[in-house]
Amino acid sequence: MSGAGSSIEQLLAAKEVVVVCGSGGVGKTTTAAALATVAAADLGGKVLVLTVDPARRLAAAMGLARLGNVETRVDPGAFADAGLEPRGELWAAMLDTKQSWDDLVRRHAPDAATRDAILANPLYRNVAGRFVQSHDYIAMERLYELHSSGAYDLIVVDTPPTRHALDFLEAPERMADFFSSRLLRWLLMPYRSRLVNAASRPFHQVADRVLGTVFLRDIAEFFMLFQAMYEGFVERAKAVERVLEDHRTTFVVVTTLESAPAHEARRFVEVLRSKRLHLGALVLNRVLPAELLDRASTEAARRLSASPETVAAAVLAGQPDLVDDPKLLARVLQELGESFLNFQVVAKREAEQRAELGVSAEVVATVPSLDTDIFDIAGLVRLGEQLRRS
Amino acid sequence: MLARRLLFVTGKGGVGKTTIAAALGLLAAREGLRTLVCEVDAKGDLPAALEAGEVGFTARELEPRLFAMAMDTEESLKEYLALHLHLPRLSRLGPLARTFEFLANAAPGVKEILTVGKLAWEVRERHYDLVVVDAAASGHVVGQLRAPQAINELLSVGLVREQTDWMIDLLTDPATTGVVIVAAPEEMPVTESLELVDHLDSTGVDLAGVVVNRVLPELFGRAEEEVFARLVEPAASTALSGAVGHPVNRVLGAARLAVTLRRTRAAHLARLRQGLGPGRTVLYVPELFDRGHGRRAIVQVAEALAAELS
Repeated sequence: MSGAGSSIEQLLAAKEVVVVCGSGGVGKTTTAAALATVAAADLGGKVLVLTVDPARRLAAAMGLARLGNVETRVDPGAFADAGLEPRGELWAAMLDTKQSWDDLVRRHAPDAATRDAILANPLYRNVAGRFVQSHDYIAMERLYELHSSGAYDLIVVDTPPTRHALDFLEAPERMADFFSSRLLRWLLMPYRSRLVNAASRPFHQVADRVLGTVFLRDIAEFFMLFQAMYEGFVERAKAVERVLEDHRTTFVVVTTLESAPAHEARRFVEVLRSKRLHLGALVLNRVLPAELLDRASTEAARRLSASPETVAAAVLAGQPDLVDDPKLLARVLQELGESFLNFQVVAKREAEQRAELGVSAEVVATVPSLDTDIFDIAGLVRLGEQLRRS
Repeated sequence: MLARRLLFVTGKGGVGKTTIAAALGLLAAREGLRTLVCEVDAKGDLPAALEAGEVGFTARELEPRLFAMAMDTEESLKEYLALHLHLPRLSRLGPLARTFEFLANAAPGVKEILTVGKLAWEVRERHYDLVVVDAAASGHVVGQLRAPQAINELLSVGLVREQTDWMIDLLTDPATTGVVIVAAPEEMPVTESLELVDHLDSTGVDLAGVVVNRVLPELFGRAEEEVFARLVEPAASTALSGAVGHPVNRVLGAARLAVTLRRTRAAHLARLRQGLGPGRTVLYVPELFDRGHGRRAIVQVAEALAAELS
């Protein structure tokens, strides 16, 4: 997919899975929704956006229910309201971690008894949803599930907010490691056989004193049950990994040009590269307009800020009816100049970040700082157009 | 806010949680309190904000009265075992440490209890006047704060179980412990903040206050806004460009963006205030134009917080 003229539009047309990632608060969810919307509208086919935690108004606009792994088709009427006749269908689904875990257990349990024992285990009920970055894993697992169902031409995935934006990439591997670990077997040993191995005895004695035997037994039972599903799990985790590595999958990194998210984005790009995953595009979100860097305007702003009274007098000389109060006009002029210069400082910082970031990806899309929130299909289409054009 | 002894600073990702935690710590230290700031996720953002270099589990004094540490649950376990089981502090826990990493990932609440336990212990032992925690983001902080209760429910006996009662007492005493929610005047941060206020009830931990970060200054009052509306008309803006000697269209355009940005944010602020209801502490920190990060930014935020608290 390299070569001149690559663009977001081409990515959407060529790829089957687009994984949207980036640190918290940069607009991942909205970007994912906008990419899916514009793909459905222009390219046609069945497009699904798998999202994690959309803003309520956005979820409502897409007709998403809070719970349950149900895929819903976004009402074509919503496109009509936005003045569009979409070529394809837009579908949306939300990630329900608990439900996904239960489905996974049902799928992999060797028999009905094990399945019921796990689902009823109090520890499992407490753990499902929090277990070993389970959110990350389940997001990738759901992606695999949906992709292999063959029901969609394109799936755009919004990744869950994690401490480290990269966690989800390693989640399948970690999950496989976890269930194949020697340590886990070691931990379970005294509960499997009555023979307490000499090496593990001190550990179990300490663990018993610290955590209490009952708790340890609960944990052991839980993991023993889970071990029954080991093979299925590991195989599945590997399959999930294969989807991420497939050439039909691409990653879109979203960031603002503030220092912390930009730093995270740079790290993310490096990791993608080292794992030989396909970086499709870098989306720079909420970027201040380049006009703020314009030299002549800067001169104008400086003059307004430094000598507002003089400028006010000159304006009023030509346009005496403009304002009654020259002081009021001077105040406004000074504010205008200072506000411009203030935002210019931020814009300069952004330009610097952009220069550092921009070289890292072939496709760099810039989305200007929008003055309103996006909460309907029309807004998503507008944003999608911005992305597509860059 | 600074009269409490343990503050958990949380908020949605990207709102400036770490900046506010660092600034609160700096402010407290400069006001004479022996203060510990602690980062729980060991990402290094908090020491970076304070330009403190590497910070580990053992607290280090960065400037008079300001101490910093990074949470390490394994170290916390070792310290705990050394204190309560009189086990040797280091090395011999090798296999246990490896297994621990494992157990901590698997069992709910183990990492959280070691994090919260260590911090609560520093408070109980009166090692500091104030402990400021750069806590988990709003989606995960309830699990952190609820850890002692969760362990209480899961464990019926054992040493850990014996420890949870005093922790719960300490955490649920509003004179001692509070949560500081950092929000930005944007849709999702406000929504998550309000949701968190509801969820805090289940933890029994009091809300110490909400800090709204990146509040844009109001550009114009009503009279000024009318003048601005007249200035953007073609004849007036041409006259203005003439008077200035340079084109002003882009300056006017930037002002329009600033006004609409502020208006959108003001609506979210109003929703936040309404959702919080009366009687809550809300502090406003202005958008910093000069510096986005680094020690200078922290000092400015600390000054803004000081002005809001006085």
